Amino acid sequence: MAIDRPVTAPERGDAQERESGVGRARKVPFAIDFYRSAVGKKYVMAVSGIILMGYVFAHMVGNLKLYLGAEQMNHYAEFLRTLLEPIFPYSGALWLMRLVLLAAVILHIHASYSLTMMNRRARPVRYQSKRDYIAADFAARTMRWTGVIVLLFIVFHLLDLTFGPANPDFQAGKPYENTVASFQRVWVSLFYILANLALGVHLYHGAWSLFQSMGWNRRRFNAWRRYFAVGFAAIIVAGNVSFPIAVLAGVIS
Amino acid sequence: MLDAKIPDGPIEDLWDNHRFSMKLVNPNNKRKFEIIIVGTGLAGASAAATLGELGYNVKVFTFHDTPRRAHSIAAQGGINAAKNYRGDGDSVFRLFYDTVKGGDYRSREANVYRLAQVSTNIIDQCVAQGVPFAREYGGLLDTRSFGGAQVSRTFYARGQTGQQLLLGAYQQMMRQVEAGTVRLYRRSEMLEVVVVEGRAVGIVVRDLITGEITRHSGHAVVLATGGYSNAFYLSTNAKASNASAVWRAHRKGALFGNPCYTQIHPTCIPPSDDHQSKLTLMSESLRNDGRIWVPNEAGDNRSPDEIPESDRDYYLERKYPAFGNLVPRDVASRNAKMMVDQGKGVGLRNNGVYLDFGDAVGRLGAPAIKERYGNLFDMYERITGEDPYQVPMRIYPAPHYTMGGLWVDYNLMTTVPGLFAAGEANFSDHGANRLGASALMQGLADGYFVLPYTIGDYLAPLLGSKPVPTGHPEFVAAHNDVTARVDHLLGVGGTRSVDWYHRELGKILWEYCGMARNSTGLEKALSEIPALREEFHSNVRVLGENETYNQSLEKAGRVADFFELAELMCHDALHREESCGGHFREESQTEEGEALRDDENYAYVAAWEYRGVGNRPRLHREDLDFEHVKLSQRSYK
Amino acid sequence: MDLTLHVWRQPGPDAPGQFETYEATGITGEMSFLEMLDVVNERLIEEGREPIAFDHDCREGICGSCGFMIDGQAHGPQRGTAACQLHMRLYNDGDEIWIEPFRASAFPVVRDLAVNRTAFDHIVQAGGYVSQATGSAPDANLIPVPKPDADLAMDAASCIACGACVAACPNGAAQLYTAAKLAHLNLMPQGEPERYVRVERMVDTMEDYFGSCTNMGECEVACPKEISIDFIAMLNKDYRKAKFRGGTSQANTR
Repeated sequence: MAIDRPVTAPERGDAQERESGVGRARKVPFAIDFYRSAVGKKYVMAVSGIILMGYVFAHMVGNLKLYLGAEQMNHYAEFLRTLLEPIFPYSGALWLMRLVLLAAVILHIHASYSLTMMNRRARPVRYQSKRDYIAADFAARTMRWTGVIVLLFIVFHLLDLTFGPANPDFQAGKPYENTVASFQRVWVSLFYILANLALGVHLYHGAWSLFQSMGWNRRRFNAWRRYFAVGFAAIIVAGNVSFPIAVLAGVIS
Repeated sequence: MLDAKIPDGPIEDLWDNHRFSMKLVNPNNKRKFEIIIVGTGLAGASAAATLGELGYNVKVFTFHDTPRRAHSIAAQGGINAAKNYRGDGDSVFRLFYDTVKGGDYRSREANVYRLAQVSTNIIDQCVAQGVPFAREYGGLLDTRSFGGAQVSRTFYARGQTGQQLLLGAYQQMMRQVEAGTVRLYRRSEMLEVVVVEGRAVGIVVRDLITGEITRHSGHAVVLATGGYSNAFYLSTNAKASNASAVWRAHRKGALFGNPCYTQIHPTCIPPSDDHQSKLTLMSESLRNDGRIWVPNEAGDNRSPDEIPESDRDYYLERKYPAFGNLVPRDVASRNAKMMVDQGKGVGLRNNGVYLDFGDAVGRLGAPAIKERYGNLFDMYERITGEDPYQVPMRIYPAPHYTMGGLWVDYNLMTTVPGLFAAGEANFSDHGANRLGASALMQGLADGYFVLPYTIGDYLAPLLGSKPVPTGHPEFVAAHNDVTARVDHLLGVGGTRSVDWYHRELGKILWEYCGMARNSTGLEKALSEIPALREEFHSNVRVLGENETYNQSLEKAGRVADFFELAELMCHDALHREESCGGHFREESQTEEGEALRDDENYAYVAAWEYRGVGNRPRLHREDLDFEHVKLSQRSYK
Repeated sequence: MDLTLHVWRQPGPDAPGQFETYEATGITGEMSFLEMLDVVNERLIEEGREPIAFDHDCREGICGSCGFMIDGQAHGPQRGTAACQLHMRLYNDGDEIWIEPFRASAFPVVRDLAVNRTAFDHIVQAGGYVSQATGSAPDANLIPVPKPDADLAMDAASCIACGACVAACPNGAAQLYTAAKLAHLNLMPQGEPERYVRVERMVDTMEDYFGSCTNMGECEVACPKEISIDFIAMLNKDYRKAKFRGGTSQANTR
């Protein structure tokens, strides 16, 4: 952009190009057009975030069955595979859910990646003196890092407990035994705890932020958005972190 | 004798008849005309928006980084309009009457009547643009009362009315920028008007970032560049507000009307120390609920809460029972000065009077006061470190608005054909004193509803003529003048900063041509100002070069023009041996110390012709006839 | 009091810049921050050095000209206060102060602490107005506006376009500015007909220049007018609605 040129014909040209950008809506589906904007990407991040939050919550609640013993846990795992039979084939509904989750993860990551790039371009020269942040807390500023930690963990977690290569004692269809075996390795438990703390921090900002991105804003209820985020993150972290501790402490074996 | 070109007929129909009789430009021909507008405050932005919308090719210039920074944005209190929504007896005629009377019978009746007429259109227009005026719970517009009026006709948007009206005009102008009818030049300061064969045909502009000097040609030039209160150095105007555009026009032949009519606003925060760079105004609307007082005894330095009611002098309520704290600005200011001069001033420097909200807080409760004036109270607290909910505010008058300006006829055209002046830049409709909330009204009236018509009347006969090419010898000469002036200022290489000279000039002007003036003082000023001016031109230090963002250089050019203008102000003040409105000559007062007019000898507009730096200007007169308002001694008792 | 200033000096947009250190002596608590800089500048001129360039004008906190980073915060440490209204009584003798221009690719440095904020104008130009021809307006009291709506619109409209929100935002986003401009008009019935066209155009233009909002809220605390990020939620909702409605073509039919 030129330095303080008067708004002359070329700049008005820019304005017209922008208008033709709006006109793109007619050529591409509106969802894609919407996704091209940063506000649209944030919306997609919020929606995919809600899906993933739902999953994380259900996953944590389901895993509480660890406390009920191997039979209950393994039966629950089998139930998930036979869910909605015979409408779906064996494992069908489960895979469908996995596909939705996978899509949510991919969109969530793609949107955050391209927004990060956009934001870097928006401030190519950083502040040269020390910034003093007031409102932007640790969680908000480290979303990218906590996100990366959680992503790496998910990859390991799948290899460890879903598909098995990262778990020498892996037995198909025996999630209870697999979990106990895995958590008995102290480094796995530590990594698991660390990753869940990162997840908690990520959720602390994300579960609040989604209300803003979705435009869910009622002054009367705004304070509850923060309570919700804190509560949600705390419940997820407390539930998840309890499993490795319980295993290491011998409560679950 | 000047001809104001006031149409004939009854005053109620003047403007309507005139609009009908003026020549029109066919819609398809409008784009063949280039109009240059300097300034993007209320008058400039609204004129640019409307002229662009009509289809003219408009070029608009602002020295700010964006048009929305113009100083109209700082107006707080409100805008008058004869809507009579309150049913309290307001009418166009009453607004007209109040304005002429408030101006101490030194304004042109026809203009003021037109202003009162279009005031109602302004409110409609601004509301339609989405200006968030204050509302009552029923959803209709709220109003409040202002000094010099006994009806409630002032519309407002919290304490930010000027901001909201300016944003309205700015947005309308940006809409035309997007449409391509208005071209916007930012950080571009007009430094010369170009006159060819007696007509204004263009301007010369300096780009404040690159120093590049460019020429712009047009069929007409509109100056909407505001007032010259900054000649006083300490004023409520923004730091960059200046008179260079009007002064350059004056030097090129435009007569300057009533330069000595300056308004000293009664409710400003008193200076706190010698490094004070500007003064901050607290809206006049505060006088609705605040009570002004000083201690009875001079030198009473007790803190305000220790001074009992019996030792307080609510001097405005005592002297003017009918209007009380809502007397017009000139009266309020002069009385404050009188109190401070008697040694009754309050505060550490004994340089203010109290504006006390104690009663209002007691009567209405703090929340109601917060609702009305919250942002003003916050501002006061930030500046002074005192909480006005607890401690009375301290206020003192400060230069604020200039009723004087380029002389214009009924069509807002100066004595140079093709050169128009709008808003505070013209000598305006306010006579010798402007009523509160009337500046916004006048700026928008000129820009939205007057100029767009009258400029067409000037342009219509010019159809088919091309703008004068910028290679014309007059353009070249003006360009060279600007370059020479810039080189001169950069080349002086003296020892004192521009601000130092500005401050010294301000002291002289405030001392001798401020709230009270007398012939001895004015003579003194007329000998001191030229001496200081000469020292300035031989001893000012402007560092850096032309080709960068050089703020000292900008200031130097403006202060150089203030020097010449200050001299003119003193000449005018000296010649007008009467007191009227903002111009108070100590030689001419009633026994009670009120301003005493001399209608016999001074019921005219003084319009001055430039005759070279340091030479006595020549006086031209426009006699004022009062057919509808009876001349009388103003009384607010 | 005596202070040590570290001020960013940069001769022009493309020239390299660096911090320079100045002693500001004899500063009083009554001075505003800008008056303190005036004092420093007067001394620089005395010494034959070019004064520090910084934009400023009204010095009443309303024109939006001034603004730079003071110790890592836009407009300095006091909430709801522009740099011109910041007073030196907040500082103590011996304090060190770091002063740096607002930084964003859309706000290139003009010189020293002055930046170019023209991008804000472009956002307004894209749709920040009501298409209302002069002279054709209906009576002002024809459409009542509920007081809470008008008040909320006024909250948004109090934006002074200083750029502190962009400067403070870790992402260099202009969401708060744009949201304020939008909410001002969209909350008024007069702005309703163009609501969704406006949102779409202004947001798209904003994204040509600025970063994206990640809801950190840093803008809200930097804003000298304390404009709420609730307006950003409103922007997000309206933009989504505008897109779902099929964009500009149907926006007028609501």
